[in-house]
This record gives sequence, structure tokens and C-alpha cells, in this order.
Amino acid sequence: MTLLQVRDLVKHYHAGGMFRASAPPVRAVDGVSFDVGRAETLALVGESGCGKSSVGRTIIRLQEPTSGSATFEGTDLFALDRTALRKMRRRMQIIFQDPYSSLNPRMTIGAAVAEGIEIHRLARGKDVGRRVAGLLEEVGLDPGYARRYPHEFSGGQRQRIGIARALAVEPTFIVCDEPVSALDVSVQAQVLNLLADLQRERGLAYLFIAHDLAVVRQIARRIAVMYLGRIVEEGPAEQLLAEPSHPYTVALLSAVPEPDPGARRARIVLSGDLPSPSNPPPGCPFHTRCFHPLRSERCRQELPLLRPVGGTNAACHYAESTPSPEALAAN
Amino acid sequence: MSRVLEVENLRISFPDGQGGRLYPVDGVSFSLERGETLALVGESGCGKSLTSLALLQLIPPPGRIESGSTVRLGDIDVLGLRGERLRQIRGRRIGMIFQDPMTSLNPVFKVGDQIAEGIRAHFDVSRAEARSRSFNLLQEVGIPDARSRLDAYPHQLSGGMRQRVMIAIALAAEPEILVADEPTTALDVTVQAQILEVLDRLRATRGMAVLLITHDLGIVAGRADRVAVMYAGQIVEEAPTARLFARPSHPYTQGLFASVPRLTGPVQRLTPIGGSVPPPSAWPAGCRFRPRCPKAFEKSELAPPLLPVEPDHRMRCWLAETGGARG
Repeated sequence: MTLLQVRDLVKHYHAGGMFRASAPPVRAVDGVSFDVGRAETLALVGESGCGKSSVGRTIIRLQEPTSGSATFEGTDLFALDRTALRKMRRRMQIIFQDPYSSLNPRMTIGAAVAEGIEIHRLARGKDVGRRVAGLLEEVGLDPGYARRYPHEFSGGQRQRIGIARALAVEPTFIVCDEPVSALDVSVQAQVLNLLADLQRERGLAYLFIAHDLAVVRQIARRIAVMYLGRIVEEGPAEQLLAEPSHPYTVALLSAVPEPDPGARRARIVLSGDLPSPSNPPPGCPFHTRCFHPLRSERCRQELPLLRPVGGTNAACHYAESTPSPEALAAN
Repeated sequence: MSRVLEVENLRISFPDGQGGRLYPVDGVSFSLERGETLALVGESGCGKSLTSLALLQLIPPPGRIESGSTVRLGDIDVLGLRGERLRQIRGRRIGMIFQDPMTSLNPVFKVGDQIAEGIRAHFDVSRAEARSRSFNLLQEVGIPDARSRLDAYPHQLSGGMRQRVMIAIALAAEPEILVADEPTTALDVTVQAQILEVLDRLRATRGMAVLLITHDLGIVAGRADRVAVMYAGQIVEEAPTARLFARPSHPYTQGLFASVPRLTGPVQRLTPIGGSVPPPSAWPAGCRFRPRCPKAFEKSELAPPLLPVEPDHRMRCWLAETGGARG
């Protein structure tokens, strides 16, 4: 069942300042649509500047959209006024890459976790403390930590605090914006396991924003790959990773360093850099770096739309004949 | 193979704020052969970056390299050098690149001038010659349109391009050894692939030795000849790459491998190491991994030395004596 429905989301940033009034806007998100089901994880994957974080922040209205719609449990999120939005924040929360920057250094961990409970009047008096202790325990922290301050904790522990804080208001949906990118591998694995456990126990839905395909595979059943503000491929995780149809997905996959010296995968080293999102190329946004053997004039002029190809949806004119990583390895 | 660098019993200390000293690097030994890539792998705080900084005496005070430590470059004792003689080694024989190229590049000078500066610091050549060498270097590190990039400022380049410029600056002095400290950590995967490709090609064509400092086992798999895994200031396992990946033997190394999500094979629940890396002030006596180790036993209360698992494979765990760390 659909929990969140996003349609044609657009977010442009205008380079402000009196000297740059005429600068073209940065087209961070340029027409993105997707659904997230109850208790489901959709992963939004892409490299820096692809717009994935802007999507997450716009949906929960930390930033205002330029256009498009987002419906959450039947409510139009972009039409909410301040009071309604505050109420809605009980249902949807966000956790960030660097929880330290989102924790008040002078507020104890207990007070930080209690804040949401108090704002939304979910408990009062001694019950607040009891709830905080329960939440800390649930994310694997000693309830006695409630009296300590953020600087006393390691990166992994801070991320657990960020998660406890998000859980405090009993949301049904959490935007996870690169939640494990700054963590060491052993701690990263702990947090990924925790997020999976919480999803199972609480029936949470996640929009999991990340750049690491292996991390995403661990937590999401569906993946959407973004490039220059658009979704270029979307589908079930296993199909998308095993038989990618968009050349960018193929390149992204081939670039992931796998901890296996025997893995003889093709390395497609993309030429050039990501074009500027304030001046995206016409036609297919990926055409300036594409290696598809059939790429043509059409790619330079006509924007390809997402359409079903194989087991996924891909936005490539020649998706049917995108070379597989194996075929590229054989050449 | 000829040995270009030998590090023996490297110890680095910092004051602990209570009159004593802590040893974030505590007895590290390794060597580098010509044309070889050695990866120093570990999580934050394991001492890998300090180790690399010590090679050029770049430890910031009040930190210091303890006496008894040696870094030998050919027949030169690097840690005994001062002043001009040290400067002749820095950059000239051991080059370095870091994670964040923007902090190492001067924002107000053109890229070409910054490379040329390095060339003229080490070689007696004309400005025109230095500029033409700078152009060749930019081409060598794969910067398209190198001629016009000579006149670009750092902020006009992408992160990947800046890292290429840093590599070009490091190469300008034609060092025998390149120390690359997390060179691709700040970069996107597709750009990371490009940079690793460049480093590998340079190693092959120039016969340069590379000391690759990283937290990412994935990078190591495709690029390094040998791997040394660090934990709590010490090397805990060392082996040729293929061997280490086929048979990781130290319980910490095994824990690292079990923590890494994979792109292939069935999706299984990860089995991470419990707890977190303790700071140097909290390192336990005996085996430093003992409190987190699922295989710790009585003897772990004694500090293990590096013990042979196979002739070219060693680990700092008593289980090596019985071959009991397998699986």
C-alpha cells in the first residue's frame, strides 16, 4: 500500500545576491516521481550533486519545492500550513549523515530525545523519562547516557542518538540521508542492522538516500538511481543490480570497489566530470559521458523518459541493448 | 625487487594531558619494494595516517616520534635528518597526496604555477621548461584540455580534477615513493575509479612504490600487492592481498570483512564487530582487540607479537600458534 506518492517534483535553487540576479538556477531536482509503500525501503542512489538529498529535504518540507506534488497518507504535503506541518512531522522524520551537527551541544542526550515527545505531548511527567530510557535502549544505548552531552559520544553512538530522536514521535516514515556514510565499516554495519531491526519491529518506511550501492542493497528492496536531478533507472534491487538497463547504472556498478581480488568485473571508467546542474546538457543528461555503443544524435536532442525495460524502468533510448557488465568484461 | 623503504619499530607519542604520554602508533614495522603498492588499512584512530606522516617527520607538535624508531630510505636514516637535508627528501624522494586536495592547493595561484613551483624547487630548470613539464604532468594524470587548465585556479576545477593536480604536483619531483592518504575518500565512486586508475598506471610506468592509506577494503582488493591491517596503533595482520582476502586470519580482520555489505551473493544480515574502537587512553593490556574479540582466550591477556600464519602471512594473535583462527 502506498504511503508516500511523489510526482514531478522540481527543486531549483536560485543563485542569489545582487550581482548574480541573472544567473541560471541550479536544477537540483528536475521532475522526479516515485512511491514508497508502508514498511518499505526505497533507496535513492547517486553521486554528489545528483539531487538526492534535495528530494529528501523537500518532501519533509525542510526546503520548499519549486513545483510538483507529494502526498502522504492522502494528505498533500506541499499544501500544509505551519500548524498542520508541525503535526505532520510526527509522522515523518529525518536522520542525517552527521548527527553531531543536528544535536545541540548544550542539551543532554535525554533532553534531545525528549524534545519531540514534549512538543507533541506524547507523555508527561515521569513518563517522558521512561520513554526516553526505552528509546535509548531500543537503539542499543545505555539508558544512563541520558544525562550526558553529545561530545561524549562516538560517531556511531551519535547516529544511534539521532535515530532515537527520530523514533521518539513514533513516525511511520523516516528519510535517512546518508546515515552511515561517515561511519567506520564495523560501526556502519551495526547501524544498518539497527535500521533493519527497527523497520521490522515498528513497520517503518524509509527513503534511504545513499551513494553506496552495496550499502543500499543491504537495506532496500527497491532502488532509484539519480543523475543530474532525474531518476534514470528504478526497480527491484536485485534486478537493477544484476541486469541494469541504463548505462549510468552499469557504470556506477562497475566503479564500486568490491572487496574480492578475484572479482573480474569490467571497470568502465567514465570520462569527464558531472556536468553542472545549472547548465545541464540538452537531450539525455548522461549523453556527455555515455559509452553506449548505439548512442546517437537522438540522445543529444531528445530527453528519454522512464519506461519498462527488462525488470526495471530505465530512461535511455537504447535501454534494450545496453551492454551488460559481463559483455563489457568480455571485450 | 629492491627495497626502497624500511620502517622499523615506529612509535609516535602525544601528551595525555596528565603528565604522561599516549602512543597512538606503537611499534609499526613494514617495508616497501620498488614498484610495489602496500596498503595500510584500518578504521579511524588506528594510527595509519600518523604512520604515513612520520615518514617525512610531519608529526605536529606536541606529538613526537620516539627514539628507537627508524625510517630508512635506501641507506639514509630519514628520522635523523634536519633542515635542508630533510627538505631534499620531502617531496623529492617521498611524495604525498591527501584526502582533501583543496586544503593542500593554494587558492590564489594558478594550477600551472603551483606545479612549476614544485619542479623549480627540486630541479634547476627555466620557467619555460618548468611550464612545459607542468603541461606534460597534467596530461600524464589525465586532465583533458591540459593547456588551458594550466591557467585555471583550484576553485575552477572539480574535486577529481583537483586530486589529479595534487598527484601531478607530487610527481613533479619524480619521487621513488608516493604516499597516498585516503586519496579518493572525498570523491564519488566513478571519479574514484578514474583516480585509482591513474595511480596504478603511474606506478607501472614509473616504477614508483605506493603506500596506500585507506579504510576501504574494496579499494585494496583491486590495487595493492600487499596489505597491512592496523588496529589500535599496531599492525595486526600482514599478507599478500590475494592471500589476505582468501584467508583473513586475525579476528579483527575477519570482523572487518563480515561488516562490509556486498554487491553479489545472497543478502545476509551483517555480523559487525561489537563495540567501537577504543581511544589510545583506553587500550587494554594484553591483546588490544581482546575486549571486542569473539575468540579471545586466556592467553589473550598477554600481548601477542606478530606470529607467522604462513611464510609470508603474519598476525598479532596467539591463535596463529595453533592455526585456530581459520573460518
